Amino acid sequence: MVCDLCKGGEAVIQLTEIEGSGVRQLHLCEKCAAERGVETTLTAAKPQINNFLQTIHEQMPAAKGEPVHCSFCQGTLADFRATGRLGCAHCYETFESSLRDLLRRVHGNSRHIGRRYVAPLPTELPHVSSATELRDRLKRAIEAEQFELAADIRDKLRGIE
Amino acid sequence: MLDLSLLPDGGASWLDASGEHADIVISTRIRLARNLEGYAFTPRARDGERLRILTQVREAFASLRSIEDGVLIRVDELAPEDRLLLHERHLVSKELAGLNDQPVRTGAAVYLSRGVGIMVNEEDHLRLQALHSGFHIPDAFGVIERLDAELGNKVPYAFHNEFGYLTACPTNVGTGLRASVLIHLPGLVLTKEIGKVLAGLQQVGLTYRGMYGEGSEVVGNFFQISNQTTLGRSEGELLDYLVRVVRHVIEREEEARRVLLRDAGYIMEDKLWRAFGTLRYARSLSFEEAMNYLSGVRLAVGLKLISGLSVYTLNKLLIFSQLAHLGHAEGRALTESEANVARARYVRETLATEAE
Repeated sequence: MVCDLCKGGEAVIQLTEIEGSGVRQLHLCEKCAAERGVETTLTAAKPQINNFLQTIHEQMPAAKGEPVHCSFCQGTLADFRATGRLGCAHCYETFESSLRDLLRRVHGNSRHIGRRYVAPLPTELPHVSSATELRDRLKRAIEAEQFELAADIRDKLRGIE
Repeated sequence: MLDLSLLPDGGASWLDASGEHADIVISTRIRLARNLEGYAFTPRARDGERLRILTQVREAFASLRSIEDGVLIRVDELAPEDRLLLHERHLVSKELAGLNDQPVRTGAAVYLSRGVGIMVNEEDHLRLQALHSGFHIPDAFGVIERLDAELGNKVPYAFHNEFGYLTACPTNVGTGLRASVLIHLPGLVLTKEIGKVLAGLQQVGLTYRGMYGEGSEVVGNFFQISNQTTLGRSEGELLDYLVRVVRHVIEREEEARRVLLRDAGYIMEDKLWRAFGTLRYARSLSFEEAMNYLSGVRLAVGLKLISGLSVYTLNKLLIFSQLAHLGHAEGRALTESEANVARARYVRETLATEAE
């Protein structure tokens, strides 16, 4: 459908105007809608994540002294910039100062003041196989070509097995 | 085929229109994002890790006291139309159902009971959510808080002294809390006040989305208003703030409705009855069309221009006239044009039997 005003652009907004005792419906393109003061962002809520990805892309250089890889999941800041997702909980420690800056920009604050969590004692938890966990870490270390770390993990695995 | 009647409440108690301001606020949803210690976050985890997470939490679910008669559904083992059905019912996110550009993940599951659910292997290992009818933030939070405390005692959550509960995406870190209210604002749209209201929300740290969350279109004048910030404020502060702002939005909506009735009473009445007429007699309805007319009829019921039609029926029509729900009722997957005909028939028959 073309815009009722300029007859050129594609109509994306349907505007119902009530004037006196009459109603009229207008189909407007984004440009004409904006000129009439109609909020054009209404039809499609802007996905917040795009803004967030843009923020990390533009404003997140690695802080000095931070390791390149997370020792647990082998994730890097470059992975984070590309996906907007961190690899694991340990990434928060590995990239702590870069993330602190980012969190301040995104949330206006970097300190959690809500409920504090106290983890249950390990004896109260169901048994988790640490060998399988180490095997996963070993595979990731090899994939990321972190051979020194891989050798360490392999030694630990041998110790368990 | 997935049988939702096996769920304790049929997965539909949130539609019962029982809460405060139920004609304007359809539902309240609160979710907490949690991750387990010892695994990579879901997007980076391997299939084997995700399956172990599922095994670990499954054992914990079985002994939860704050959830009774829960049912675990392996979303990764469902046919695509059943995954869509769960999503249309607001029981799982698009991401968990594998309806985004990524296929469903191995180990994706959901544990469901009356008005509460736990998604497993969503973007975070666990997404605890409470879904209530109407504007019911304190009740929904009470349920989810108890569940969180209990579950956190059975599995170790990833928690950081400074940053709080750790999440795959830093936009959720801290409390991990997102509260959202699904709200119908036709008055503000018709009086063109909506742009200002939505811009105002963003200025005060809240955000809005379409009915189906992130990236979804606004259809039928239904908006989801939620907190954007999750860090640096307590759960209580985040929720109080949202309650205050939503109350204000409701007042603005009510005011807009009064203005419409005062200045354009018979035009409104004509327009809304026409919407009702179309729904009552049409032989084919696209989803968008149905949503827009249902929005009109919902407004008419709110303005008491149409009586004898319950908000519960209107809520049901919104959900059960979606593609997977129509297909489920017919017992087979429907093409779009078949769905349009089935939708018109379902709406027609419901209005014929449930509208006085």
